[in-house]
Amino acid sequence: MKSVSALISRIRGSEKNGYLFMLPYIIFFCLFIAYPLIFSFVLIFHRWNIVTPMEWIALRNFFRMFQDPLFARAIINTLVFLVLHIPLQIVIALIFAVLLNSAIKFRGLFRSVYFFPVVVSGVVVTILWAQLYNYESGLFNHILTTIGLPAVPWLVDPGFAMPSIAIMATWKNVGLYIVLFLVGLQTIPAYLYEAARIDGASGKDQFLNITLPMLNPTIVVIFILSTIGGFSLFIEPYIMTGGGPMNSTLSAMLYIYNQAFSFNHMGYAAALGFVFALIILSVVMLQRKVLETGDYST
Amino acid sequence: MRRIGIYILLLIGLIGFGYPFVWMISASLKPELEIGSLALWSANFSLKNYELVINRIPVFRALLNSTIVSVSVTISVIFFGSMVGFALAKMRFVGKEILFVVILFTMMIPFQITMIPQYILMVWLGLTDTYLGLIAPYAMTALSIVLFRQFFMSIPQALIDAARVDGCSDLRILFKIVWPLSRPVIITVGILTFMTVWNDVLWPIIIIRERSMMTMPQLVALFVTGGEAEGQLGAMLASATLLALPVIIGYSFFQRYFIDSMATTGLKG
Repeated sequence: MKSVSALISRIRGSEKNGYLFMLPYIIFFCLFIAYPLIFSFVLIFHRWNIVTPMEWIALRNFFRMFQDPLFARAIINTLVFLVLHIPLQIVIALIFAVLLNSAIKFRGLFRSVYFFPVVVSGVVVTILWAQLYNYESGLFNHILTTIGLPAVPWLVDPGFAMPSIAIMATWKNVGLYIVLFLVGLQTIPAYLYEAARIDGASGKDQFLNITLPMLNPTIVVIFILSTIGGFSLFIEPYIMTGGGPMNSTLSAMLYIYNQAFSFNHMGYAAALGFVFALIILSVVMLQRKVLETGDYST
Repeated sequence: MRRIGIYILLLIGLIGFGYPFVWMISASLKPELEIGSLALWSANFSLKNYELVINRIPVFRALLNSTIVSVSVTISVIFFGSMVGFALAKMRFVGKEILFVVILFTMMIPFQITMIPQYILMVWLGLTDTYLGLIAPYAMTALSIVLFRQFFMSIPQALIDAARVDGCSDLRILFKIVWPLSRPVIITVGILTFMTVWNDVLWPIIIIRERSMMTMPQLVALFVTGGEAEGQLGAMLASATLLALPVIIGYSFFQRYFIDSMATTGLKG
């Protein structure tokens, strides 16, 4: 009883304007966050095409999912994307960040050009790269055949399509990580390198034992953002391939979109979204556990 | 020698990231048959491809729609974000800590979960094919609240207390005293929000079906994937250039702010 009355008196003593200032957000939260979350949790146990009433089907959406070859396909496609995308981003961003961090002129110019694809719409980048990747008239195959190499079926071969999209996504995002690595590099204290040099460490040793561990936070960020990005991949396959050839670029988001808005399977689509979200959260948590060292002394 | 090697690698990067855009603009001005070539210059440059795009799809209407939506969302995110951030940073009330934890938690909710219920909500509220439908779900963001709160924490409490003693209302304190001190965070939130909304394409594709209400990225995506471009590469590249142009112009003036905004938050749109 005492604690309740204490709470009441503390509420009385609160600044009323605080609640007033929070009010718009609380309304927003109820409408656009809490309500969709709750409704999504209801929807995953139902069959529903928006028009006719909802039908309770318990866990059947999930049973269906585990027998759905396209669900498995979307996960495999996302993994293919990530396995290429993440290492490529780390290596390329690291190379350019180290180069930019050396004593050079025009650093600002280089940095702003490298960063430019990050700010441009994914629609622009995808249309542009669809031309570059074109089998007959694309620039890449034009260059390859000119120097006597065979043309690559970038977007038309099921084995190449997803890797092609991963390369394009790397090109679009890597500028952000160059800048983040650059910020990280500039925070590494110079005395660490001096001490290493006195101890006779080679350039390679310094890179492996000082630079890389100190950049660990940025590497974690790349892993996490790329994982979220991989599962959210939508407009790239939507424009470039429509999910093909042979569903090789069907992404998680594209599959949810198709189920919901092409087939009106709202319940199944919501269940897919729910499971993909769980996968994202668990993968991200796993990555943090494995990658975050927090110990820079080793 | 070493230095020359560094410059060569940097130059390769410059060409790799910059050349495709230059090529795109050049190709959008070329006749269809010359697009396959590597050369940037052509004697046959013309605006024919742009004419075709403008005649086929309502480009200017879409640019207007995108501008209305992006500007509205940006103003709303700054206005409400700073209000909530101010309450969380500088006011004392019961439940503040819980509310902040909830806001942090909402940043972790993937769009995959909320997309379908949000669409259904829009249908029920009759907001499909409206500006409000494009604006409302983005009117406040957890990220902006967190950034404003963080910044406001660094403003001395004494300043706010002094203004209160002088009889200043909380809203006046926020807009007349705190805002002028907060230019860096307002710019960061403004650029991030504007860019995210301008480039967003999934939400418009979901809730806008009527052509006159489409945003620019959506209209261009539809132009390219639907039959309207009739497979003409030049017209596709021209529509992509028109979509990129406002960002290219904005970026060439404010690139520093763009890079700093995204580097400090470590987030992309």
